[in-house]
Amino acid sequence: MRLRLLAGVLSLLFLAVLVGAWHLATLPKGAAAAADSEYAKLVGAQAAVGAKSAFPTPADLGRKLAEHVSDPFYDRGPNDKGIGVQLGYSVARVLLGFLLAALVAVPCGFLIGMSPLVYRALDPFIQVLKPISPLAWMPLALFTLKDSNVSAIFVIFICSIWPMLINTAFGVAAVRREWLNVASTLEVSPLRKALVVILPAAAPTIMTGMRISIGIAWLVIVAAEMLVGGTGIGYFVWNEWNNLSIANILSGILAIGLVGMLLDFLFSRLQRAVTYTE
Amino acid sequence: MRLFSSCSCGNHASQAEHQKNEERLVEDAVLRAVVRRDLLSLLGRSAALAAVAAFFPLGAAKEAFAQGAGKLEKQKLKVGFIPITCATPIIMAHPMGFYAKHGLDVEVVKTAGWAVIRDKTLNKEYDAAHMLSPMPLAITLGSGATPVPYTMPAVENINGQAITLAIRHKERRDPKTWKGFKFAVPFDYSMHNYLLRYYVAEHGLDPDRDIQIRAVPPAEMVANLRADNIDGFLAPDPVNQRAVYDGVGFIHVLSKEIWDGHPCCAFAASKEFVTTMPNTYHALLKSIIAAAAYARRFENRKEIAAAIAPANYLNQPVTVVEQVLTGTFADGLGNVRKVPDRIDFDPFPWHSFAVWILTQMKRWGQLKGEVDYQKVAREVFLATDATRLMAEVGLTPPKSTSKSFSVMGRAFDPMKPKEYVDSFAIKRA
Repeated sequence: MRLRLLAGVLSLLFLAVLVGAWHLATLPKGAAAAADSEYAKLVGAQAAVGAKSAFPTPADLGRKLAEHVSDPFYDRGPNDKGIGVQLGYSVARVLLGFLLAALVAVPCGFLIGMSPLVYRALDPFIQVLKPISPLAWMPLALFTLKDSNVSAIFVIFICSIWPMLINTAFGVAAVRREWLNVASTLEVSPLRKALVVILPAAAPTIMTGMRISIGIAWLVIVAAEMLVGGTGIGYFVWNEWNNLSIANILSGILAIGLVGMLLDFLFSRLQRAVTYTE
Repeated sequence: MRLFSSCSCGNHASQAEHQKNEERLVEDAVLRAVVRRDLLSLLGRSAALAAVAAFFPLGAAKEAFAQGAGKLEKQKLKVGFIPITCATPIIMAHPMGFYAKHGLDVEVVKTAGWAVIRDKTLNKEYDAAHMLSPMPLAITLGSGATPVPYTMPAVENINGQAITLAIRHKERRDPKTWKGFKFAVPFDYSMHNYLLRYYVAEHGLDPDRDIQIRAVPPAEMVANLRADNIDGFLAPDPVNQRAVYDGVGFIHVLSKEIWDGHPCCAFAASKEFVTTMPNTYHALLKSIIAAAAYARRFENRKEIAAAIAPANYLNQPVTVVEQVLTGTFADGLGNVRKVPDRIDFDPFPWHSFAVWILTQMKRWGQLKGEVDYQKVAREVFLATDATRLMAEVGLTPPKSTSKSFSVMGRAFDPMKPKEYVDSFAIKRA
């Protein structure tokens, strides 16, 4: 308990130091010779004194965050939606792609894990496909699927499938021989054996794969949305990049981090629920 | 706004008057068709009308005429755009009601880059799109894309681009000193690419060997200039003005100083859209041409800047967009310049523009083999439709579809494209 409290205090201290240093680093410098007033009116405050536009201060970010939090769900047309709406789009895409991947990866993983022959035969494919950056699939997906939204979901699908597939195969292959032997002695049907013996035994490993997958999927969706635009938190960041609004980009980054943490937390809970001790 | 008080063709004081005039036209046409002239003068107009109305569905005829050429095949459309001022007519037609006035419900969708807009349009996610004027030519010829017959019924804007250099190059204004520079252009198939290549080549630099040119989406240009990843760019506005606004670059030359009156962006649609949905296509084209006609008038520019600057459209400070559209702008070197025709809007798709673009595609090796310049120009740049619709919205379309012009003092004869390509010392062809 004491440790927890101490850790909390230390965390806050780190945050304070970080924000303090940031604040000091972004303090406005003493103004140089200002340009004439007509010119100054036409350019940004920094350009008017012959400097490049500055990094936002913590206070700037605070104001932007307050703006986003106070009205997260507004909708002013197809290209201007609140940060909450954008996050909703991204989470929906990730979950959809992830679920599809799970539907494919878990049964395939079972098959691969139960048969050493299939395992060997498919291994080269998996090894080649696994390390490909999911974004490299994007042009191909756009070309063949002919829909940017479906392409984004496909990219999530393709990036979350590998950790789940490999972990499922590994978990299934590593089920203790004695348990399988007991099942055989009792003449349990193969389907029942898979569901009642292997699945619970491999569940913790499968869940680990899912947790890794959802993390990767969340990383990838931001990049994918920056690429195709339209909706989502990645588009939000891209749109604000377009506007060079660093404060808005930082708000977006913070939101991405928080949602990523939530997703991970959710899967760590699920993982704990299926873990067993022998 | 006075927009809504005037009529849809722009020739009458109000929509009501426009309608009355239109109805009268229909009545006259029907009378002329079904009643003999001598009978008409004998009966008088209203009596004849009453007689005709007894057996001819005059009301339906008037209604059909009011809806334009015919019923819209599709009312809800998606049009993609890149957030730059070139797209002004396509964008402003949404907040200022030009689409709605022509019976269309158009969603204008901001898109991340030119390759994406090309793919989304080819995939039919978009019904039509804002493109760079060389793109429909390239798509039709299958250069850098799967060949799909494409059309360009209207140019969006003329002029309105600039070469911007990083502020640290303030003293290096002579292009001869640019060896080793890294430049960004929005796309390989863009006027920006061809104009930049032309500009440096005229100053004796080979754009493929002496400098590096890379394609960077407009949105990312200022960030790259700021990070010193590039030395400059030939970019659409508001990118140039934004670089000045943020103190990272200065405007070296406006594109109008390279070629005054050059086309830049375009409104493009697939040939399939044009032929399978002729009425929708006409309504859409007419909205955009009407918007261009409105944008052409200098006194409307401030109002337009305020309409297209918000986050839903360009997502830029209003002053940046206003400086681009009004031509009174800070140049990044401490001067305020006044160039009213820095950007202008002229929808007419000159065939000679297409021929010039094709010569440059040929010059830099994007096109291989023989090109039938005139034929491709005619098929892609739909000048006939533009002529008719320009007249309908009160613009004066030109009589011919071809004109000669000069780029940096070098005359271009659209009838002699091959000789033109051969006349350059620096070329890949």
